[in-house]
Amino acid sequence: MLASAIIVFREVLEAALIIGLVLVATKGIAGRGRWVMLGIGGGCAGAGLLAYFAENLASLAEGTGQELFNAAVLLVAVSMLGWHQIWMARNARSAREAFQALGRSIHAGEKTLRGLALVVGAALLREGSEAILFLYGIAASESRSSVRDMVAGGLGGLGLGAVCGAALYFGLLRISPRYLFAVTGTLIGLLAGSMASQAAGLLAQADWLPTLADPLWDTSGVLTRGSPLGQLLHILIGYDDRPTGIALLAYGITVGLIFGLGRAVQRRATRLT
Amino acid sequence: MYSKPKTLSPHQTGQSYSARCLYGVAFACMTLALSCHAEEQVLEISIQNHAFSTDALEAPAGQKFKLRVKNLDSTPEEFDSDDLHREKLVPAGKEILINLGPLKAGSYAFKGDFHPKTAHGTLIVH
Repeated sequence: MLASAIIVFREVLEAALIIGLVLVATKGIAGRGRWVMLGIGGGCAGAGLLAYFAENLASLAEGTGQELFNAAVLLVAVSMLGWHQIWMARNARSAREAFQALGRSIHAGEKTLRGLALVVGAALLREGSEAILFLYGIAASESRSSVRDMVAGGLGGLGLGAVCGAALYFGLLRISPRYLFAVTGTLIGLLAGSMASQAAGLLAQADWLPTLADPLWDTSGVLTRGSPLGQLLHILIGYDDRPTGIALLAYGITVGLIFGLGRAVQRRATRLT
Repeated sequence: MYSKPKTLSPHQTGQSYSARCLYGVAFACMTLALSCHAEEQVLEISIQNHAFSTDALEAPAGQKFKLRVKNLDSTPEEFDSDDLHREKLVPAGKEILINLGPLKAGSYAFKGDFHPKTAHGTLIVH
């Protein structure tokens, strides 16, 4: 039971943290609950479908269907995060104005909500389908008592993931509103970098991109990626104890573009007023 | 007015020429990739009763190679390795190919993410 709880927890943690972050980033935008729920519902339904068709997907594109599909899903999420970040920079000239700006432009807010709902859905799609396949494997093969264990473990893992997402949400909300948007903005930019480096890794795995240096450095003696903290940092800011060149390059380009464009847009908006 | 089509046409041929160059380069890359693939070594490993068939997997350093993972169980497994930066689903009763390398000499741990207690192994590169 504990084993399945841990495995389900690991799969849902990423989605839970992303939902927590998105809920903070969209605080004050009318209709955010509806859109985030839509993202969660759509992501879960998609995860079920993806688990069902996993076999077919695996055999596509000379056996690289999984990598290419997951990389595409990640890159859609990265572009939505980047778009949200730049939208925020244009609409909120200063952190203090952010809340008011969001309250005012309900119509415009809906657009960025749609994008972030897609980010939530994408996270659930990828991680949820793995959790479903894992649980299905137990249900299909083992005795009735172990199925009961699996259900308990699965729910436990899901609950624990939800607690982590909620902890991130309420933890971030304790930050003074003056800095909150700067903090969530930074987190969203780094999350996008993390996803982009994952996508680059998958494309290297599919042999579409070169790996470049592997590894660039080794900090597994300080903090392994598999440890709880390492895993948390891996999801949120893209920590890797032995990063490849291509992953770092994708990370740098994404984070640089998002923060660079965000700053340029913000500067222009300030000059116009 | 008269010279307009004249200035346009070299531009157009230039474009199709560069396109042809691109196709040529793409074709060269493809044949290169194909010829490389043909030389690549393929290692084999299978999963049965949620465990890997061997723990003595060896590969040469500094070379690209492939790892074929066969899942003989009736449940899916996920081949996962932080050391190798690889994570790939192996559907029940199916096999997958994983592109690996070039790797430095050393030992690289891998596991079946759905049954990490029983399914684990090490790839020795030398």
